[in-house]
Amino acid sequence: MIPVGFDYERPQTVDAAIALLAEHGDGATVLAGGHSLLPVMKLRLAAPEIVIDIGRLAELNYIRVDGDEVAIGAATRYRDLVISDVLAAECALLPAVARTVGDPQVRHRGTLGGAIAHADPAGDLPAAVLALDGTVVLRSPRGERKVPITEFYTGVFSSVKEPDELVVEIRVPRTGATGWAYEKFTRRSNDWAIVAVAVATMPDGATHLGLVNMGGTPLRASATEAALAEGKSIEEAAALAAEGTEPPTDSHGTPEYRNHLVTVLAKRALKTASA
Amino acid sequence: MSILGTRVVRTEDPVFLTRGATYTDDLTDERLTGALHLTLVRSPIAHATITSIDVDAAKDAPGVVAVFTGADCDLAPMLGFPAAHKAMLRPFLAVDRVRYVGEAVAAVLTEEAYQGEDAAELVDVDYEPLDVVVDMKEALKDEVLLFPEAGTNLVSGMHLNKEGRPEDFFADCEVVVSKEIVNQRVAAAPLETRAATAFWGEDGRCTLFLSTQNAQAARDEVAGWMGIEPSQLHVILPDVGGGFGAKIGADPEFALVGWLSKKVGRPVRWNESRSENMTGMVQGRGQVQTITIGGDRDGTVKAYSLEVVADAGAYPRLGVALPMFTRMMAPGTYDIPKVWSTASVVATNTTSTAAYRGAGRPEATQAIERAMDLFADAIDMDPAELRKRNVVRPEKFPFTTKGGAEYDTGEYAKAIDLALKAADYDGLRAEQKRRREAGDPLQLGIGVSSYVEITGGGAFVENATVQVHEDGTVTVLTGTSPHGQGHATAWAMLASEQLGIDVDKITVKHGDTDLIPKGAGTMGSRSLQTGGIAVHHAAIDLVELAKQRAADVLEANVEDLVVADGSVQVKGTGAAVSLAELAGREELKAFHEWDAKKPTFPFGAHVALVEVDVESGKATVERIWAVDDAGPILNPLIFDGQRHGGIAQGIAQAMLEEVMWDEEGQPLTGTFADYGIPSAAELPSFDLVTMETPTTINTLGYKGIGEAGTIGSCPAVHNAVIDAVSHLGVEHIDMPLTPMRVWAAISEAAK
Repeated sequence: MIPVGFDYERPQTVDAAIALLAEHGDGATVLAGGHSLLPVMKLRLAAPEIVIDIGRLAELNYIRVDGDEVAIGAATRYRDLVISDVLAAECALLPAVARTVGDPQVRHRGTLGGAIAHADPAGDLPAAVLALDGTVVLRSPRGERKVPITEFYTGVFSSVKEPDELVVEIRVPRTGATGWAYEKFTRRSNDWAIVAVAVATMPDGATHLGLVNMGGTPLRASATEAALAEGKSIEEAAALAAEGTEPPTDSHGTPEYRNHLVTVLAKRALKTASA
Repeated sequence: MSILGTRVVRTEDPVFLTRGATYTDDLTDERLTGALHLTLVRSPIAHATITSIDVDAAKDAPGVVAVFTGADCDLAPMLGFPAAHKAMLRPFLAVDRVRYVGEAVAAVLTEEAYQGEDAAELVDVDYEPLDVVVDMKEALKDEVLLFPEAGTNLVSGMHLNKEGRPEDFFADCEVVVSKEIVNQRVAAAPLETRAATAFWGEDGRCTLFLSTQNAQAARDEVAGWMGIEPSQLHVILPDVGGGFGAKIGADPEFALVGWLSKKVGRPVRWNESRSENMTGMVQGRGQVQTITIGGDRDGTVKAYSLEVVADAGAYPRLGVALPMFTRMMAPGTYDIPKVWSTASVVATNTTSTAAYRGAGRPEATQAIERAMDLFADAIDMDPAELRKRNVVRPEKFPFTTKGGAEYDTGEYAKAIDLALKAADYDGLRAEQKRRREAGDPLQLGIGVSSYVEITGGGAFVENATVQVHEDGTVTVLTGTSPHGQGHATAWAMLASEQLGIDVDKITVKHGDTDLIPKGAGTMGSRSLQTGGIAVHHAAIDLVELAKQRAADVLEANVEDLVVADGSVQVKGTGAAVSLAELAGREELKAFHEWDAKKPTFPFGAHVALVEVDVESGKATVERIWAVDDAGPILNPLIFDGQRHGGIAQGIAQAMLEEVMWDEEGQPLTGTFADYGIPSAAELPSFDLVTMETPTTINTLGYKGIGEAGTIGSCPAVHNAVIDAVSHLGVEHIDMPLTPMRVWAAISEAAK
């Protein structure tokens, strides 16, 4: 439970952090809240040469309305999402999802950007941002680029983010205070989801569903969304929630069970969101 | 007014809750200056021959002082349980074969703790994988042998019933029900993992600081493994952060730490990580049971059969003994005319098994309580009613069961009635009926358990010394050392009651084998009825001694003297001499060894209410009403605390916990992210109902409460979840009752 030796840097600016990333490339790992990174380092499943700590960079810690979107700094903690008045009014799904992550200690350390970058298919926030059709803002010495989250993930713990790129911001549409739901299914209160379903009602009225732990990446329930768009009932649409998914097998669930569970959770989430 | 029976706040807690306890790894004893840190290289493979070990790179790593392998270790391989097959020996470091993931293969000693893991990674071990057997019933086939020299995986035939079950055993029964059920492997997972620290003095003695439940037994066991006299070993227990049975006695690593310290001539410290603990520490339960119950449609149970296969893990430990308790307690609280049982203990490529809260008795209770529900279901009778019809009647005590136990005292039907009344059982059944008729996705389940268990079994003798000092303070020495139970408070109360000296002035000492050479430790809920009673009698002996001495000082007859408020007083005169003053004249101390000669049999009944989401399969424990009768209550605060922890662990086994391996013997539950340790959020509030039926085997009537909650709650919750879905055709689901299993059972029943 002691990590392999590593160097540690705590740059004072985002630019300095990016310069370090460019210098060290694949050998570097970014530390924000540390609640995903440090356990795998202690188990020696990860052994970065250098850890670049961005957790205290004030310039990455904000939540503000920006045009049609809410812009959230990558180092914003779950706790800050939970208590944000801006999000409560402008995109209430996010704080509701953040509230289900881990326990209070975890929520005071873990960050939105960390969750997005970590690309854990069992993570809560990636599926929520996916349901919202959010955008991931990446910065590198080559400049800044905006990647729709629908194009961000490539597999388990992997994304299109280059080694010298830093997730600096997450942008989500202003979906308002209502029309959302998050159904997270766990055995224990602070476990990762066996399956979870996030529902968002978009500004154009469309209903989106983001699925947790139903494949190698967070997924959208496309068949369900299409059925709803065609005016099908919640029950009919929810029954299609497993279409196109490839859920994993572990001690908590077989693919067969997850395929069933996702329909139950989708039905409940849709009912809550439309209530 | 007597202090006994009052809610004295635990004197241990201010330190535990503020500065924190001092565990073995926290020690700053100056004799440990310069201690080396032990890191063990552990096998990542469940079954393999070791073809070579290269330690050269590790020896060159920073901070490394020495690296040892099995070839270097001259400790004779140990037999972890006397009645186990004599060929099933365990080396302290594996020599040519490993038999489970986590087995120690090499020992790395470094100047600093952090250097150990880096160096351990450089130990290059070549393994030639062998076939693996994880499943108990597969292991019984002897197709894959852990110890080819033994020729069998059967660890012990000591529990085999030499007389087969008669063919007509169930012939007179109108209804017979049989089921194979699993009592799954669970991990004790104490918050303080295992630890040992050793140094050798100039007198040639070894001092070992250990985290264990019984210092004296650990001393004897470790001395035997090290090949030295017990008198050459001084075992000291710092605070011990939980054990739950898994810290009974000694672990092989303890002897290795002592041996290494001798070998390198420096103190050695070892404190395992959580990951090591999840494979290295002994685990509990692990039985496959075939239960068969027969009787008549009027609710008379006539015959019960229990066949057990118990998992010893790779190397036999205390787990080999536990089916004895399972068989002994097989009939539970019931007066069943015919009871037959047998058990086999088998070796598998998994972590060794030993005691875990209840240790053999919960397995018996789970089996008979599932059997009673299966039978009730088969004859369409209310399960509570069936139980009340078949329990041992109060007038039959002391009652010798068909399991061979002599139950001391009990009122089993009364306990069931109290639990049913507290739960408003009829009201719950009415609400259950309403939800069933409405087709509610949230169905209610109501589970009942009736239980009896053994406490203070096996180790009946315990000793205590009570000494009053000239400053008026008191020291109590006890042979039973706590690891969270509250002995310091409880023993002080017992001494205070006799001496009239406030508990704040009474210090309880334990867990130092030089100070207290004899003692049997804390396990099997034995402490109060053995160690506590010894304190009670030692205090009485001291009072008598003080009276004898005061008679001279006060020039009075002994018969006219009473001890109150810390002094010996002449009745009706006001003349008095304090115990402190008497202690100033001459050492005032009494030693008492108490032999209970017998165990006691606490009992009770639990009612659990669960809600099952039949769409997802998720079951939630909503309420639990518990009647736990362990005789008179010495301290309700501690008593209820034991029940809380026990109930939590029983619910956790029913709902959450299971140690798992894949077919290759790789652990799947190696961290707390994977293993289902419960938190408060998974548990309901507990409704505790008081009932106090004294035992006849000691003067204070005390029985043990440490394990009762676990034994009662687990079957009640298990039965409740199955009850919630029984109307859908489900008869049984094995523990833990995961959402997937419940959903699968509902789906299967619907086919």
